[in-house]
Amino acid sequence: MIPRYQKILFVFLLVAAVVMGAALWRLRERAHQRLIAGQDSAPTSAPAVAQAEQVTLMVANDSDGSLLTQLHSLPLPADPGASARAVLGKLLDIYAAPDAAHPVPGGGGSVIQVFLLPAAVTETDPPAAGRSHARPPSAPSPDEPQTGPQLAVVNLTGSFASSHHSGIETEMLTVLSICGTLHANLPRITQVRFLVDGQQRDTLAGHADLTRTYLAGNAEPTEGAHP
Amino acid sequence: MRWTNFALAALFVARTAGLLAVAQPAPAAPQARFVVVLDAAHGGDDTGGRLTNGQLEKSFTLATSVRLRSLLAARGIQVVTTRDSDVAVEPNRRAEIANHAQAQACLSLHSSESGSGLHLFVSSLPPAQSVRFPAWKTAQAAWVTRSLKLAGVLNSALLQDGLNVTLGRTSLPAIDSMTCPAVAVEIALVPSPSHETTASLDDKDYQARVAKALAAALVEWRTEAHP
Repeated sequence: MIPRYQKILFVFLLVAAVVMGAALWRLRERAHQRLIAGQDSAPTSAPAVAQAEQVTLMVANDSDGSLLTQLHSLPLPADPGASARAVLGKLLDIYAAPDAAHPVPGGGGSVIQVFLLPAAVTETDPPAAGRSHARPPSAPSPDEPQTGPQLAVVNLTGSFASSHHSGIETEMLTVLSICGTLHANLPRITQVRFLVDGQQRDTLAGHADLTRTYLAGNAEPTEGAHP
Repeated sequence: MRWTNFALAALFVARTAGLLAVAQPAPAAPQARFVVVLDAAHGGDDTGGRLTNGQLEKSFTLATSVRLRSLLAARGIQVVTTRDSDVAVEPNRRAEIANHAQAQACLSLHSSESGSGLHLFVSSLPPAQSVRFPAWKTAQAAWVTRSLKLAGVLNSALLQDGLNVTLGRTSLPAIDSMTCPAVAVEIALVPSPSHETTASLDDKDYQARVAKALAAALVEWRTEAHP
């Protein structure tokens, strides 16, 4: 004969097991729903390829120390910073080709990122030596809508700088071609600064000064935007 | 009587000596000093570029500096060098040496495996008025006009000697801080008649031609500076 209290305990445990099973089933269903919801944001379908646009590259030539304009067709992202990075990637891919007129190892992957910031207004007249070049009051602040000139900060890889050929001309050609290419495709970019692995570096490969700001408009470094 | 004769004789000697003194040509005015600063780039741990023959840029520039110093000294030009051995010299120290010498010409000697012929570079700073206390990083701005003239004289002499020359502007920390007519001379590979680089910088004849042409240009510059 089963005691009464054991029957009650059995029924209680049975009900508890059923309730716990139901709760477990419910939690499992919720986790499954969350998993399905997360998978919805994954790129299950191929992204739409941006339409190819014509880009202008200022390609350096070591033989005569010139910058030659070349037109290429390239799909560009909508974001200006990503677009600038894509254009520079194409330029450096040309330099990494075996028969390049300005051989530089590394290729498009040498540009880690291009940041676009509001640029200080450049003075028209050449600045006198010793004058400070703090941002004038008329310069746009980062909070204002970005419609004015922009400063592009190009972050290069350390391997690109260390593998670059050393020499005044070859280094200046690389710097000027990057500046000219950025301005040709994104005219709002008027000033360019360079970082290497996110850090300021004195020179590219022993010669070209990377501590200064280059004016991109004429692809000529000037002192007007010295920090 | 004897004393009278002696006094007359003494007077005659004195007057004769006086006439002789008058007849002597006036001592030449002290010639204005003409100093040239030779800055052999790199040195010590900073090896610069590696040339195609395996030679380091720092060794080549030092050898060129020594050779050019001898040629200039033989022509009566006072030479100040930023380094005479394989030691590291900071860019600011190079500019300090040049500025302390109050030189009439400053040549920063470089070499490269890129391009061909010689590359002459002047600071890319915009010309500015001379000020009493110029900023260190832009001190060359007041001398850019003179530097461009010096580059023109160098260009003429090198072309006259049949050498291939490329002119340009650049930003080199040492040059930008110099208060003298300053030009960076980058010696590249020997160009062939078919405009293709052939020999390496080992060519002793080529080195001698370049050094002689630079020395001739500096002599010409001295004539222009002190006609």
